[in-house]
Amino acid sequence: MEVNDNDTILEQVTQNEYKYGFYTDIESDMAPRGLSEETVRFISAKKDEPEWMLEFRLKAFRHWITMKEPEWAHIQYPKIDYQDIIYYSAPKRKKELSSLDEVDPELIDTFNKLGISLEEQKHLSGVAVDAVIDSVSVKTTFQDTLSKHGVIFCSFSEAVREYPELVKKYMGSVVPYTDNYFAALNSAVFSDGSFCFIPNGVRCPLELSTYFRINAANTGQFERTLIVAEAGSYVSYMEGCTAPMRDENQLHAAIVEIIAMDDAEVKYSTVQNWYPGNKEGKGGVYNFVTKRGLCKGKRSKISWTQVETGSAITWKYPSCVLMGDNSVGEFYSVAVTNNHQQADTGSKMIHIGKNTRSTIISKGISAGQSNNSYRGLVKILSGAVNSRNFSQCDSLLLGSKCGAHTFPYIETKNESSIVEHEATTSKISEDQLFYCNQRGIDTEKAIGLIVNGYAKEVLNKLPMEFAVEAQKLLSITLEGSVG
Amino acid sequence: MLLNIKNLHVSIDGKEIIRGLNLGVNKGEVHAIMGPNGTGKSTLAAAITGRDGYDVTEGEIWFKGKNIIELSAEERANEGIFLSFQYPVEIPGVSMTNFLRTALNAQREYHGKPPVPAGEFLKMMEEKKNLVEIHSKLANRSVNEGFSGGEKKKNEIFQMAMLQPTLAILDETDSGLDIDALKVVAKGVNQLRSDENAFVIITHYQRLLDYIVPDFVHVLFDGKIVKTGGKNLALELEERGYEWIKEQHLA
Repeated sequence: MEVNDNDTILEQVTQNEYKYGFYTDIESDMAPRGLSEETVRFISAKKDEPEWMLEFRLKAFRHWITMKEPEWAHIQYPKIDYQDIIYYSAPKRKKELSSLDEVDPELIDTFNKLGISLEEQKHLSGVAVDAVIDSVSVKTTFQDTLSKHGVIFCSFSEAVREYPELVKKYMGSVVPYTDNYFAALNSAVFSDGSFCFIPNGVRCPLELSTYFRINAANTGQFERTLIVAEAGSYVSYMEGCTAPMRDENQLHAAIVEIIAMDDAEVKYSTVQNWYPGNKEGKGGVYNFVTKRGLCKGKRSKISWTQVETGSAITWKYPSCVLMGDNSVGEFYSVAVTNNHQQADTGSKMIHIGKNTRSTIISKGISAGQSNNSYRGLVKILSGAVNSRNFSQCDSLLLGSKCGAHTFPYIETKNESSIVEHEATTSKISEDQLFYCNQRGIDTEKAIGLIVNGYAKEVLNKLPMEFAVEAQKLLSITLEGSVG
Repeated sequence: MLLNIKNLHVSIDGKEIIRGLNLGVNKGEVHAIMGPNGTGKSTLAAAITGRDGYDVTEGEIWFKGKNIIELSAEERANEGIFLSFQYPVEIPGVSMTNFLRTALNAQREYHGKPPVPAGEFLKMMEEKKNLVEIHSKLANRSVNEGFSGGEKKKNEIFQMAMLQPTLAILDETDSGLDIDALKVVAKGVNQLRSDENAFVIITHYQRLLDYIVPDFVHVLFDGKIVKTGGKNLALELEERGYEWIKEQHLA
């Protein structure tokens, strides 16, 4: 009887919400348009969060309203109306997420060529998928295998409920809500994301994978990921993204925080192919992301690998704070822009501990009328004796209307450290294309081949299943960009 | 006739380089095209292989009974025309294995065949490597990247062996080769010679023809073939130079 009572209460609660007029006629369960303390409270209530979580959000929100949107990046876009965005949207279980008719056939074509679907991802052997569709984690697999090893891999919401102490301890410890405009925004309104905890000495038996999709119209996506690797542990984490076409720009402001203790290693790989807008530059995702890893422990290592082919605008600098002595930070990136895409991306390596080492390999590829900028900071503090950094930033230009820019910042505060920076700019030559043509390879395939060769150093760092997808993506992204 | 070039005129940037050239090549034959610098030897190779910027203003190129003037460079390649480049380009990061598999599969796709199975492909690589005496390490490196001049030319012959063209055009393959490399290249070509294919060897010097003996020698001058003979013509050219040809032609 008690169960029935609970059900009744649940029903009433649900219906009450509908009475308040929260879009009962549409597929998603949405927050009202706009951002205020009310919205923040709505999201928190919707997710049944404890008081401390709401407090965190409100602090972040109150800070956010005092901040200004950054303008230093080499990107241009119309002013975002933050009051015209819906900050929370959860899919209803039984309805179709979206009809295929709404989607650009070209995009469907791309999906088909890539052969990627949520189903396929799930079936990839050895890959645990935490599928995030429109902000709410709807499916988590391989939980059993992971829990046997004591690995926690769940949605952020679940972590808030089940592991509040861990979340309280680490959330915001690497990217505080005061960090930057988009980090503050995310901290106020984040909808869901992933939480991952690898206990002492455990080598995570699976590649962990989160597959993000943005689905409902006009919905900002505010993911939050927190990865904690305890002493001596290892995890490889993959993040892959697709988004169906939308006419209006979609704002995506995510946060990823990684903490690595003594001797822990975290490998974080991203393949990002969100909708870049059409050929005229209309639509597309705004990808304003804060990703940062803290090498807290001695000899810890955090490695970021990213292949960025999507989004209308990418603003993203996966960084490492090398606090522990002898810790290692790595950043391997391929960023492709075509048509009217803009990317301002790179990395920050902050050396604090002794003998810390960092490597930055950035490969930019610009085509069409796009703009591709590398922006990186290497900062070596006075205590970081004998630290080393090597940065290599290469740009490949396809065509004459695109731009490649490099903005390296280097600050060194001790004399025992060595910082190296190399940069090159090149073009695909007509000779290379004819050489391929003469061997029977058409120009599109030739470009794919040459670009993949150019990006090889980075692609080699990706887990196998990602590398294959990334290779196809590079070729597809650049189709029709030459000739 | 395998290749039949009729009254070919080719211009680069509006300047006519080839001016009414005729050439017929049958299967099983080796033709050498000789001539002084700047007479259009490399232009001829580019025109046959369909390189952009080489405008055929008049004439026809028939290959296997098809006029290929309208075909793209890759279509001509897939029809069976191969060019051994005078200056092979480097393609960083693309392994020879990947490059050749892509090329071979493009060719197979063109002919409606499925991609070559990995095992079969690797076996073929081994076989052909031995044929042209290419070091196995070379095949694992990026296309021509860091290759010496000799290695690049050997690599061209290796690719030819892999792609098995019906018509191979060797553009100044001997330039920049020492005698040992020259012998290796020539040996590779001789191994590949058969009744089913033909070679057009473009060269400035007679040297290569000591090792790859031609059936016909043509002298290209002023955008036309002005003299044709047997292998002895090459020896005569070596001895007498090109001046007498020029004088004969201009007279």
